[in-house]
Amino acid sequence: MHDAAMLLAVLVATLRAATPLVLAGLGELVAERAGVLNLGLEGMMLVGAVTGFIAAVATGNLAWGLLAAMLAGAAMAAAFAFLTLGLRANQVATGLALTIFGVGFSALVGNSYQSQPIQGLATTLFPELSTAGPLLQQVLLIDPLVWLSLVAPVLVHRFLYRSRAGLILRAVGESHDVAHAFGYHVIRIRVLATLFGGAMSGLAGAYLSLAYTPMWTENMVAGRGWIALALVVFSTWKPGWLVVGAWLFGFVTIAGFQAEALGLSVSPQLLATLPYLSTIIVLVLISRDRVRLKLNAPAALGKPFNPAA
Amino acid sequence: MLLSRRTLLLAPPAAGLAARTAAAAGPMKVGFVYVSPIGDAGWSFQHELGRRAVDAALGSAVKTVYVENVEEGADAERVIRKLASDGNELIFATSFGYMNPTLKVAQQFPKIRFEHATGYKRAANVATYSARFYEGRYVAGMIAARMSKTGIMGDVAAFPIPEVVQGINAFTLGARSVNPKAQVKVVWTSSWFDPGKERAAADVLIAQGADVITHHTDSTAIAQVGEEKGVFTVAYNSDMAKYGPKTCLTAVTHVWGDYYVGRVKAAMAGTWTSGDTWGGFKDGMVKLAPYNAAVPDAVRQEAAAKIAQIADGSLKPFQGPIMDQSGKPKVAAGAAMSDKEIAEMKWFVEGVQGKI
Repeated sequence: MHDAAMLLAVLVATLRAATPLVLAGLGELVAERAGVLNLGLEGMMLVGAVTGFIAAVATGNLAWGLLAAMLAGAAMAAAFAFLTLGLRANQVATGLALTIFGVGFSALVGNSYQSQPIQGLATTLFPELSTAGPLLQQVLLIDPLVWLSLVAPVLVHRFLYRSRAGLILRAVGESHDVAHAFGYHVIRIRVLATLFGGAMSGLAGAYLSLAYTPMWTENMVAGRGWIALALVVFSTWKPGWLVVGAWLFGFVTIAGFQAEALGLSVSPQLLATLPYLSTIIVLVLISRDRVRLKLNAPAALGKPFNPAA
Repeated sequence: MLLSRRTLLLAPPAAGLAARTAAAAGPMKVGFVYVSPIGDAGWSFQHELGRRAVDAALGSAVKTVYVENVEEGADAERVIRKLASDGNELIFATSFGYMNPTLKVAQQFPKIRFEHATGYKRAANVATYSARFYEGRYVAGMIAARMSKTGIMGDVAAFPIPEVVQGINAFTLGARSVNPKAQVKVVWTSSWFDPGKERAAADVLIAQGADVITHHTDSTAIAQVGEEKGVFTVAYNSDMAKYGPKTCLTAVTHVWGDYYVGRVKAAMAGTWTSGDTWGGFKDGMVKLAPYNAAVPDAVRQEAAAKIAQIADGSLKPFQGPIMDQSGKPKVAAGAAMSDKEIAEMKWFVEGVQGKI
């Protein structure tokens, strides 16, 4: 019984730790599949986190917070799209600038909100939580965004591989010239994919500030945007593997904590490296086939599209 | 003309650290350097409270400035040099990693006094200061053990450096002083600031039966997790009662105001000298935040008594007999660890479940 509860706790904690990575990673995956490399995930997540938090405090409604976060993320992505797709600025440089901007901007607007305690998603939905038994608590703590992180990969996969729109989006990412020749509006498709990526990043940020650790503090995303970005590449742009990578990363982190708390004699430095190490190893094994990697990588990734050429 | 100007320049006493002179008429300028954003709680916030205390105590006699979010390293040197050349006469560098930059700038500005927090290198114009955080941890551990039903407590800690290890050990010794069977489980986050990770670590500790959680990290995540799950917490750095109104029992806080006011006054009077200050309850540098309503009167009185004993020196947190994790005696009965031994602590006491 005790072991079952513990196992359940580890699994739930894994899902929750992986949720922001899955959400932000999926958004970036779709954008990259359309050929847009947006390195601004961390910045978009931070702006989403702070906007969602402010909106939730102002309206007293977490749903508005989540919506505002998605809009804020999409707005950041729109700026990125304007610069890179409209003005054909370098995508790598613009993405980095987006992150730097997001870090500073979120700190600025969030400054007076640092002290605000807020009721998180789980406690708002299930107010009886703190009196529930530990087992029930664990299950109830799976809030709607965690569920979304389980459903969204399936939907994204279906969209990319089972729908006409997804096929077109992938075509744009493979060769924008060919897609253009077929009469598809390359820029419009890329803008939409970028906006989707921004909205998902914003949502991932809001998950952190409204559900996982209901608060706003500067830089609270703490590098998760970069991890999500790396997972997209290591997963060879496949939603399924992305989720596996995110779960693995979350699981190894949680299992490490678990081992420490159980008093197992493992070096804390090793445990701190393990999530990164194991995720890299597994995903490298997945993508060790160079041909498959090349087949999966969007060929036009990061390349500017010039319709006149 | 030239001659008289030179004479004028030579007029202030050559001994740089003597009393202030006419050249420094007007309010005395004091600079502060913080390693992180001030925010609303945490290490830098406590130093900022100290700066505000200086302003409040000395009013128009001082003019304080601060620079926040200054990275340790080259950036720090630039900021400290700028403060020095801006005419600040006393500069507080409030993070361990500012040690070498501070010394370097201090060499170039021998007339300016520097104070470096938590460091160990000093010079004629560089003093060091820190607080015996572990004294607060000891009493907090005692309170935690009194409030715990399972006798299992959790500690979410950042890095296994002596300052953190001292805190974990003192907390455990305090807990075991009232419940000899108390256990403290340690989980490392390998990050001073990552609310998500701190949260995950607390979840794990709670799932394993810990019913009081403390932390040595910089965010307010632990107090919030405790509130969400109805588990008691003991906060660190700052009072976090508003994040855990029902569950945050107390916090081990750093109070720098009295020290800063004293040092600024000394600099004004010309009595400032370099040296090392390691203050605790006695000096008002470490305090426990107001207790949660959940803490019963008997425990409050017990805590007050322990604090008084620590302050007057009759109780030393690291007093023998102390065993290490394997049960081997480390400090003999009747003996107490020296300051040097405490400062270099790299082992866990009996009752800690964790590895360095």
